[in-house]
Amino acid sequence: MLESRKPVILIFFYAIGIIYILRLFYLQILDTKYQSLGALNSIRREINIPLRGQIYDRNGKLIVANEEVYDVYVTPKKVYPFDTASFCNLFNITKGFLDSTLTSAREYSKDRPSLFLRQLTKEEYASVVDAMIQYPGFTFEQSFFRTYPGKTLANALGYIGEIPQKKFEEQEEEYYRKGDYIGLSGLEKFYETELRGIRGVKFTLMNVKGEEKGQYNEGKYDTMAVIGQNLYTSIDLELQQLADTLFKNKVGSVVAIEPSTGEILAMGSYPTYDPTLLSGKAFSKNYTVLSRNPDRPLNNRAISAFYRPGSTFKLVQAAIGLEMGVITPRTSFVGAPTMFAYHSGTYEAANLYNAIQLSSNPYFYNVFRKIIGNNSEISPFAQARVGLETWGQIVAKFGFGKKLGIDLPSETKGVLPDVKRYDKVYGKNQWKFSNIYSLSIGEGEYGVNVLKLGNLCATLANRGYWLTPHLVQKTGVNKDNIRGIKVETHKTDISPRHFEEVAKGMGLVVSEGTGRSAQVEGIEVCGKTGTSQNKKGKDHAIFIAFAPKYKPKIAIAVVVENGGFGGVASAPICGLMIEQYLKGKVERLAYKEQVANTRWTTVAGSASRTTTVSTPAKPVN
Amino acid sequence: MAKDIDIKQGIDWTTIWIYVALLIVGLMNIYAAVYNVDNPKPIFSLEHNAGRQILFMFVAFLLILIILFVDFKVYDTFAYIFYGIWIVVLIGTIFLGSDIKGSKSWIKFGAFSLQPAEFAKTFTVMALAKYLSTMGVNVSKMKYAFRAALFIFVPPIIIILQKETGSALTFAALMIVLYREGLPGVYPALIISFILLLILALIFPNWAVVLGLALFGVLFWYLFLKRYERNKQNLQRVIGLFVLFSGFVLTVDFVINNVLAPHQQKRIKVLVNPDIDPLGAAWNVTQSKLAIGSGGAIGKGYLKGTQTKFDFVPEQSTDFIFCTVGEEWGFLGSFVLLGLYFILLTRLLSLAEKQKSKFARIYGYGVASILFFHILVNIGMTVGLMPVIGIPLPFVSSGGSSLMSFTMLLFVFLKLDAHRSYKV
Repeated sequence: MLESRKPVILIFFYAIGIIYILRLFYLQILDTKYQSLGALNSIRREINIPLRGQIYDRNGKLIVANEEVYDVYVTPKKVYPFDTASFCNLFNITKGFLDSTLTSAREYSKDRPSLFLRQLTKEEYASVVDAMIQYPGFTFEQSFFRTYPGKTLANALGYIGEIPQKKFEEQEEEYYRKGDYIGLSGLEKFYETELRGIRGVKFTLMNVKGEEKGQYNEGKYDTMAVIGQNLYTSIDLELQQLADTLFKNKVGSVVAIEPSTGEILAMGSYPTYDPTLLSGKAFSKNYTVLSRNPDRPLNNRAISAFYRPGSTFKLVQAAIGLEMGVITPRTSFVGAPTMFAYHSGTYEAANLYNAIQLSSNPYFYNVFRKIIGNNSEISPFAQARVGLETWGQIVAKFGFGKKLGIDLPSETKGVLPDVKRYDKVYGKNQWKFSNIYSLSIGEGEYGVNVLKLGNLCATLANRGYWLTPHLVQKTGVNKDNIRGIKVETHKTDISPRHFEEVAKGMGLVVSEGTGRSAQVEGIEVCGKTGTSQNKKGKDHAIFIAFAPKYKPKIAIAVVVENGGFGGVASAPICGLMIEQYLKGKVERLAYKEQVANTRWTTVAGSASRTTTVSTPAKPVN
Repeated sequence: MAKDIDIKQGIDWTTIWIYVALLIVGLMNIYAAVYNVDNPKPIFSLEHNAGRQILFMFVAFLLILIILFVDFKVYDTFAYIFYGIWIVVLIGTIFLGSDIKGSKSWIKFGAFSLQPAEFAKTFTVMALAKYLSTMGVNVSKMKYAFRAALFIFVPPIIIILQKETGSALTFAALMIVLYREGLPGVYPALIISFILLLILALIFPNWAVVLGLALFGVLFWYLFLKRYERNKQNLQRVIGLFVLFSGFVLTVDFVINNVLAPHQQKRIKVLVNPDIDPLGAAWNVTQSKLAIGSGGAIGKGYLKGTQTKFDFVPEQSTDFIFCTVGEEWGFLGSFVLLGLYFILLTRLLSLAEKQKSKFARIYGYGVASILFFHILVNIGMTVGLMPVIGIPLPFVSSGGSSLMSFTMLLFVFLKLDAHRSYKV
């Protein structure tokens, strides 16, 4: 009978055996967490960070480059007692810094190197390297920091800095280590993947004490570092630098676009900052100072500020009116009722050209009323509703109320007021034309940035279409190895001949209208003034212009904050930049000097300007 | 008796081949564990454990020859005398033994040292077999079961005094022998229940385990017992067991937190939750699991292990030798090694059942139980299923005493088996 106990014992043995097999199957096959090389503490991953890509302007001039530097690392275990005074003297550091850094390095690991000092220049390196024989445990690793031969474009370029904690935790594959540099804004952020290149990885065997024990698997898993790709931008460095000069004493922004390609020729936000401030050791100190500046120099106004388009929007109304057939260039609104006053007499409403040339508010009030009323609804509420919806669809095609898709992070959408918005404010079917008429002249609930205005100008220059604005033409390790950026064409679906009429009016604005200070000798400039109403202080001055009138090469939008009338504060800047770009240099040096020195107050309500630009005409918005 | 004896006669070659295979697996992995990438030494070098293991294998071979030459009746006849002598040796070791790693269980012979505790297993199994095969002894009776237990418990108590707790625990395996020889099944069932409860009590809060026990009791009463079995007597038994188990669960917490030394507490706690102290108490388990897990399906290749090479896993060539197998040979290698052991165990049990002599059968069960316990605990601790208890993996771990003692344990049985047709 007891023989039957043998199978019981055997089953017990086998049950344990099966449990162990399943456990091993789980550990060795199902659970993959033990199988990645990174999980093994016997293998050290050494990262080789390649040089970051450089940034060039459209003519091949260098805007951003790298300076090779040396980071100092310390391995506490290998450090022997040394003469701290002469060491501190050598590196120009305090005893306190030395002690605290050594302590935190020891806390991290006695056997592994910790960062001790960042970015010794080649000269500094050369001055200390011979003395280092007395200080075992300190090692050097080659690194780099950004230098800016172009000395400009800070806001669009952005900056690099240590990876923020949140981003470090969120990264999908473990690419960055703590303290690694990453593009934090601007092009540096948008093109991070291209610029950073591909890191080299070397797997080294290490024993439990942290001593190196040779290559892992004869280097089978090691990868070579691939140098970062350069960015070949469409920026014209001289044009950009001119913009810097002209905006020296102003707050505002400028965007210049090549209409036929959507390429950005210049993009400025003012006041700007010296990009070298945010490169290298003093990053955090300088960043704090800059971020506390009330004029917000770190902000890229070109893509993120919020203005009303003002009278420049009349050009959109004109094009829509013509396309809808509610007006012709000869339509007169003299004697028609209006909510606005005439600037210079009823003749400004005699036809479309006059109206654009003199920026007639009553005229465009009537144009917009016709656009809104261009439907079969009888009730004024329903009419306004349907009219605004139709109008909004066309305006959206100009890029209003949405991102244009520029290759920069944090572009704002802006605001294009729509039916929903007024329903919310007044209630459904509780609003009509009289509630929204200020939209006719670009005031009211709009929100646009300067890029959008520049893009509007490019659309007008192209007579009805625009290309995705972009800063980078190509990226690649060298010019032979390139990859284009996807640029799309966006059509407004408005006939080019209507834009021709608008352009004619814009030509008159510069030749004999409100924007005469944008004139450039020998070049037919088309422009439009605008004043963006500002509740907090003096109005912002807007000017958009393209040139030449036929086959335009450049479209510019300028906003000078608190500059008042666009024809006074902004048009001269446009004119000078057109001159620079089309002629290759500015001949009116004295005028340039004068414009550059003009200062507009940025403080709400206080005195306006310190010097006055001689203006050929009475300023009109 | 002076005739030529063919010592090979009747020997079970299957067992011998498995034994040889395990020795080879052991030697290869010991060499892999001590292999120094920077300064590789040949396998025969006596500077490392692999070379020494080869030397021990020669000694083991001599020991086998002696065992096979000696008359098989010696073990039965002198079982109590061996046992008695060895008890004296064990006690003597407490006073004369050298202190190695905090334990006084070693006796030095020049460059080598011997651990008498390892050999105590063989002599205890012999004495136990002798006692249980005595006419009239029946372990289903309390009196005899108690006496048999005395044979089992005396040596481990002395061994615990030598501070070799791990080695002492292996004697518990002989419970299997008692069970085979008629110990009522309720005892092993109780022991297994207590072990399960211990694990449950560590994982779940006490009240949950007690509640679960109550629920189980009620279900058992209504679903498993037939109507006529639900009498007063059985009710008392069920309630009695419930009180016993609940009391045990509630005691576990108290014992772990108040009776055990801190390092022992931790060893038990990290078993359930290795994350509480990955660099301290759980270091061994974490590193050993990492090494085994990183082997994957087919392993990193011979001598290509990284975790086991660079001292991340402690005691690589002795107690943690299975890590090297897992890392370099992967799931495949681990499976093959476990397979070898289970073929051996199956073989031993079936040989044991074939014995005409009761002594030989009981001894055979003793061998299988001791081997099984070592495999259970040793591999279990490397894969994180058992607490860290430092006992060797039979025939594979490096070390002279363990190789000698397991060889002796096994070959005495093979010698008995060769003469199994004789009934003593």
